[in-house]
Amino acid sequence: MSLTVRIPTQLRTLTGGAGEVEVEGATVGEALKALDAAHPGLADRLFDESGNLRRFVNVFLADEDVRFLDGLGTPVSPGQTLSIVPAVAGG
Amino acid sequence: MVDFVTGLRCRECQRAFPAEALHVCDYCFGPLEVAYDYERIASTVSRERIEAGPRSIWRYRDLLPVDDETPVDLGAGFTPLVRADRLAAELGLGELWIKDDTANPTGSFKDRVVSVALTKARQLGFKVAACASTGNLANSVAAHAARAGMDSVVLIPHDLEAAKVTMTTVYGGTVIAVEGTYDDVNRLCAELTSERPSWAFVNVNVRTYYAEGSKTLAFEIAEQLGWQAPDHVVVPIGSGSQLTKVAKGFAELGKVGLLPEEPAVRVSGAQAEGCSPVATAFLEGTDAIRPVKPKTIAKSLAIGNPADGWYALEVMRRTGGSCAAVTDAEVVEAIGLLARTEGIFAETAGGVTIATLAKLAASGAIRPDERVVALVTGHGLKTVEALSGSAGAVPTATIAPTLAAFDAAFDADGDHHHTEEPVR
Repeated sequence: MSLTVRIPTQLRTLTGGAGEVEVEGATVGEALKALDAAHPGLADRLFDESGNLRRFVNVFLADEDVRFLDGLGTPVSPGQTLSIVPAVAGG
Repeated sequence: MVDFVTGLRCRECQRAFPAEALHVCDYCFGPLEVAYDYERIASTVSRERIEAGPRSIWRYRDLLPVDDETPVDLGAGFTPLVRADRLAAELGLGELWIKDDTANPTGSFKDRVVSVALTKARQLGFKVAACASTGNLANSVAAHAARAGMDSVVLIPHDLEAAKVTMTTVYGGTVIAVEGTYDDVNRLCAELTSERPSWAFVNVNVRTYYAEGSKTLAFEIAEQLGWQAPDHVVVPIGSGSQLTKVAKGFAELGKVGLLPEEPAVRVSGAQAEGCSPVATAFLEGTDAIRPVKPKTIAKSLAIGNPADGWYALEVMRRTGGSCAAVTDAEVVEAIGLLARTEGIFAETAGGVTIATLAKLAASGAIRPDERVVALVTGHGLKTVEALSGSAGAVPTATIAPTLAAFDAAFDADGDHHHTEEPVR
């Protein structure tokens, strides 16, 4: 079974317009790598040179910011939803 | 309709974008900024042209990202700048001023940014105004949308102060209370923006324009000081956007020749301890802002994951400003202090500003030889709950309607200062 990754408008040019993509993976990091394998170029947008999430990229697992969990190492379960959301909003 | 916008530009990677409803760089997710032709502005703008304009933010239209013959306008801005000698004396400061943004149409500085955002949104063809809000923005979006004949969809945390809810619902738009924190609401709106591209989320997809409205605070302060900049401003930090744009506003005054040169204004930030990710990073000397789960009565500043936190840190450090966080008890005390000394009733965010002003004055970070302006950004009637249980929230006495009862109650109150013997 796979998990769902929700894609923001800014990245949909890389997913053929899809707002949701199904991927496999045991952690948040693995799931995002699988996303890049399916849609090449996404990792370049999400990660900086040292492999961390870019400053203005937020990733939520079941509506919780993964920075409050174990970051990219956070385990994921099949059926969960991972959301990629631009950080620049609000205030 | 002539504006001086040349486009949008990513603050991080400098990529250029057209002046549309875009807020995030497609490539690096960095925030987009409005780019202006400052040379053309400089050749058009003048103090006289501004002074002949309306008594609102629109007197500075040459420096705003949208121009319109009839902006979406309830009269935001040109609020009083009040000399605060009695408060200054209490705090050991010299020349102190309060920028009293409680006087805005819906009682907070948010009217500045919303008037700009909805004017631009209407020009871009949007029919629906939406936002994620801690309350003040909700009030302002609902009111301005009503004024413009637009539909509004406002999302708020479920536990807002009663007045902020009523001041939103009364305008007849859609108001959705979300079971979560502001950061949850904000994340939901950021996702909704992808799913509802025909809605103008003022602080998401039109945020680039919206944020520019806060520059008018700097413009007004300088104009009201007789076209002079202050030495030091104290600004509350929620997302950090307002603080960043106040600094930008002062810089632009020099850039377009309204001040002889770019003024050196120290910019200091104010947060509540229960939500102080920016103050914590400032005091630790890092630029890594760790998101927090907010727990403070200053709900209008309760943003645990501040979008412009890095830029606010950069401004405070570059300008030689400072930053501090204050407890909820200090916030309540400061609301009372400002009211007692200057007759201004601030909401909790204003209490955060005044308490931080006091703290930075006591530590010497704000000096008595500086001309200081503190930003009081919202009205106290919005957050009366914060004062419940404090001495200022109840009558001195409750009495029967008789002279004897009055005399007894008045004499029992030790706080009053009278010289005459009461008449019995």
